Amino acid sequence: MSNQVTLNKDKDPEISIQANDFSLADEVALLEKENLTDGAVVTFTGRVRNRNNGNVVTTLTLEHYPGMTEKSLAKIILQAKERWDIGRVKVIHRIGELSIGDQIVFVGVTSKHRQDAFAANEFIMDYLKVKAPFWKKEKITNAGQTSENWLAAKTTDTDKADLWS
Amino acid sequence: MIKIVFFAALREQLGCAELSITADTVKTVADIKQLLSDKSELWQQTFGNASLLCAVNHDMVDGSHLVKPGDEVAFFPPVTGG
Repeated sequence: MSNQVTLNKDKDPEISIQANDFSLADEVALLEKENLTDGAVVTFTGRVRNRNNGNVVTTLTLEHYPGMTEKSLAKIILQAKERWDIGRVKVIHRIGELSIGDQIVFVGVTSKHRQDAFAANEFIMDYLKVKAPFWKKEKITNAGQTSENWLAAKTTDTDKADLWS
Repeated sequence: MIKIVFFAALREQLGCAELSITADTVKTVADIKQLLSDKSELWQQTFGNASLLCAVNHDMVDGSHLVKPGDEVAFFPPVTGG
């Protein structure tokens, strides 16, 4: 058990899996609050697109594996901290049914200088895409017909994550 | 007992979110896959999918991973979050 990430029973302040929306401004304020050492704040927000693979998307439903999700994100954040000189990290991922334009995911990283925060943010997002147990199901309309599909994993996402190893 | 859980498209295909098995007949994750495949043609076809992933106690593992009573074993399709 020595090399495993141990999670506190208390909620990890760096990770939030939530049905509710989040405020980019509030999250940036938290990353910056009483943080006098970090000159760089890099944030990424992912949103629901209106089209996917040529189909009109109406809603997107996010399922996850409670417990493993938090553990895998904690591991990814730890890897980022080992690799770059970064300060604060926050990862938010929404679950449940989302509409077009809704925010899905947030990654915020601070560091003394910009390079570390840029790289760590991209790394966390790339690894989240291929390692964290979330699944998207889209409701689409095609020629007036509505159907639901589980999205297939993309090899481009795996290839992108592999670039970090 | 070993708790087995299924997610996303896999859960829907099987019509099953979780089940329990006794630990005495299986040593590895591969043994569990075999045991589940033997349930019916549907389960056999579903577990014939090479891209299925497995986690034991919330860590990703491969088929040779040893299982023990009390473990939580999860099977699921490649992840698509973010």
